[in-house]
This record gives sequence, C-alpha cells and structure tokens, in this order.
Amino acid sequence: MLDFRIDTTSGQPPYAQLVAQVKQALRLGWLQPGDKLPTAHQVASSVAINPNTVQKAYKELEYEGLVVGKAGQGTFVQRSLSQSTPSSLAALSRRLERWLAAARAAGLDEDGIMDVIEATMRDFDRQASA
Amino acid sequence: MNAATEIAIETVGAGHRYGHQLWGLRGCTLSLPTGSITAVVGANGAGKTTLLNMLVGLLPASAGRLRVVGEEPSSKPAFLARIGFLAQDCPLYKEFSVADMLHFGRAMNPSWDDDMARARLASADVPLDRRAGKLSGGQRAQVALALAVAKRPQVLLLDEPLAALDPLARREFLKNLLDSAVASNITVMLSSHLLGDLARVCDHLIVISEGEVRLTGELDQLLAEHHWVSGAPEQTSRLPGGVEVLAEYRHERHNRLLVRIDQPLLNPALTMEPVDLEDLVLAYLERPGESSERAGTPWAAREASHL
Repeated sequence: MLDFRIDTTSGQPPYAQLVAQVKQALRLGWLQPGDKLPTAHQVASSVAINPNTVQKAYKELEYEGLVVGKAGQGTFVQRSLSQSTPSSLAALSRRLERWLAAARAAGLDEDGIMDVIEATMRDFDRQASA
Repeated sequence: MNAATEIAIETVGAGHRYGHQLWGLRGCTLSLPTGSITAVVGANGAGKTTLLNMLVGLLPASAGRLRVVGEEPSSKPAFLARIGFLAQDCPLYKEFSVADMLHFGRAMNPSWDDDMARARLASADVPLDRRAGKLSGGQRAQVALALAVAKRPQVLLLDEPLAALDPLARREFLKNLLDSAVASNITVMLSSHLLGDLARVCDHLIVISEGEVRLTGELDQLLAEHHWVSGAPEQTSRLPGGVEVLAEYRHERHNRLLVRIDQPLLNPALTMEPVDLEDLVLAYLERPGESSERAGTPWAAREASHL
C-alpha cells in the first residue's frame, strides 16, 4: 500500500499533499494503470489521516483523469504519468548520484545543490525555448 | 436529505453562564456535518470544555440553542445513548478490571457491541484482566475509547484525549479513533493543543478564545482563504478593500501580514505564501475579541441578535 505522509508544517493543504504523492508514485512507476488505491478507511486507520482528506484527494485525481472511482469497488489508477521506463529512470538516477557526489565534494550543501539545479534548469529551459 | 450536507451538531448563539456574571461561552454559532471530525482549539480556560459539556447535556444553555443529532442535549437516556463522551484524563474506576468495565458497559447500554470493544482492545494490546489503576496512559485512553465507541454513538466528543499520551500512543489512539469514526460514520469533535495531530486528522476547525468562537469552518477552505503577504511597507499599507488583516509583523524594510481574502492579490510587488494550521490558530488567538472592542454591550442584547 502507498504509504501516505503528511507534513503539517509545509503550508500545503493535506489533500494537496496526497495528490502530489500519488502523482509522484505515477511518475516513478510505483503505481501502474489498474492498481487499486487504498480506501479512505484504510488510510485513516493505518496512517491516521482524515478520511475526507483522502476522498478529496481522490476526487481531484479523478477530475484530472488519473484515477477512476468504481462504485462499491474502490479507486483505480487509470493513467500512468511515467515519462520513461524503470530501467532508464534508474540509469538517470545513477548519473545524478555521481553528479551529487561531485557537488558534495565541491562543498555544496543541500540548499546550494538545489540552487544550482534550479538555476541550471531555468537556463536550460530558456535555451530550449529560444 | 443529502447525506453529505446533513448537520450533526448545530448551535445558534449558544452560551453558558457560571453564576450571574461569568460567561464560560457566549454567542456560539456552529454547524458541523455528519461524519465530520472537528478540532476544538484555544487557550486553557477559553471555553472548550464548556462547549463540550454543553453538547453532551452536562451543562445547560443559558442562552441560544443547541441541537446534537437533531435533539436538544439533556440527561435523557435516549439522548445519551446516541452520544459518546471522553472526559479529560479518561476517568475509569481504578479497581475495575478491563473485563469488568466491558461487563458493566454491556449491562448499561442496549446497543452495546461487545465484539467490537474486544477487537479494539485486542488490537491495542490491552490485557482484559488488568485493573484500570495499573494501565499505562496510552492503554487507559484506548480503553476509554473502546468503551465509548462500543455503545455505538452517532456523535463522539473527546476533551483533551491526547494530553497525557506520548507520540507513539497518540498516533495509535488517533488511528483507532479514525477507524471507528469511518467504520460507523461517527461525527467526532476533539479538543487538543497538539496542532500537528489535529491538522492530520481533522476536517473542521473551531478556535475559541475568551469564551467566544473566533473562527470556525471547513479546515481546507479556511487554509485556502488565509495567506501570508509580504512586501515593502508602502505596498502592504495599501491593500485593496475586502482584505482583512489579522496579524501584522513590521520589519525594517518589509512587513509580513496574515490576511483573509478569497482571491489572489494581483500585485507583483507583494509575495503571497500559504498559511498552516498553527499560523491560523495563533493569529486568531492573539487577536483582540469582539468583547473587548464592544466593551459595555450587554450580552443578553447581543445574543438575542443571533437568534
């Protein structure tokens, strides 16, 4: 079962955090079309999250066409967000690990690393759209 | 009637006065749907316990009216059978074993679900032969919850149920509470100071300060209507109409305001950020109340205007 987590200090409403976590699982291929999402009751009693929060998140995902609720059966993944195969994701992840090791060796902390990544992505997107 | 909009708890201008002068709670107007889970927050002595005691019929209304599952709270057995209540510190008879309490509960409550009570106690690892006086704080809370839920109430009110529990026991208690609430569609109201726990488990909020409800509504909606706005002082001092400033923090070159608005501010010189439950609660608790603004207004006249 997807282990939902809530960060109550993030300022993002809990239902939006659940939506983001399902989308992340869809992008990473942890959830595939046809998979059943845990029921609101299961999430409430296993992770101590408000059941209405879970239902609200599922409604939002359904509205976006990512999942479908089937009466009396549950909520099922309709569409994947995976942009690549698990093996190429793993290969990309290994290359990023090598880059992260180099960044750490150069003395960057986590904030410094995120700054470089964000700045580079902005430049990259600008060049791509130019 | 549409199940989603059915109201389980409703109060209009409700108040309770201790003696002739001291209002424990006044002008309290609330509307909570069936199946909702509501957090009641406020400083000690603000009126949280007064509200819960009024809703279970332990304190009479001195003003206004209350409806819980469609009935006026009272000590009538037919009303009490539909209400579960966990008072502060989960009082249990010390010499009774857990099994004794189950026996007692079964004898006293016509709709008692003994299998459910036993299953809950087993899942919380509570030994049935243990005397109440020998239980840990977490076990006592689980026993009190199992007993309250076994009478199959439609509404369950809990006064500071988490206060004496360590983080692990709190999480286990809340899992059990939500499991019961969802399984039987119970409307829940709990008071606590633990905002992190409340933000996870609650969908409605009541902020009480100095005997008055300062803020109430659906939690997600309240969070979406409130924002932090920061910017240069000349910008933050010229906010458009319809923006309610709840808190203001002045700095040398910028101000930070907590505001209530229903749409984004289209001013690029201002930064908007979301608020969390703690920001929201503190802003409303620190705010002077209507009572201090309207000093001298007779309460009877104000409450009459709510009815």
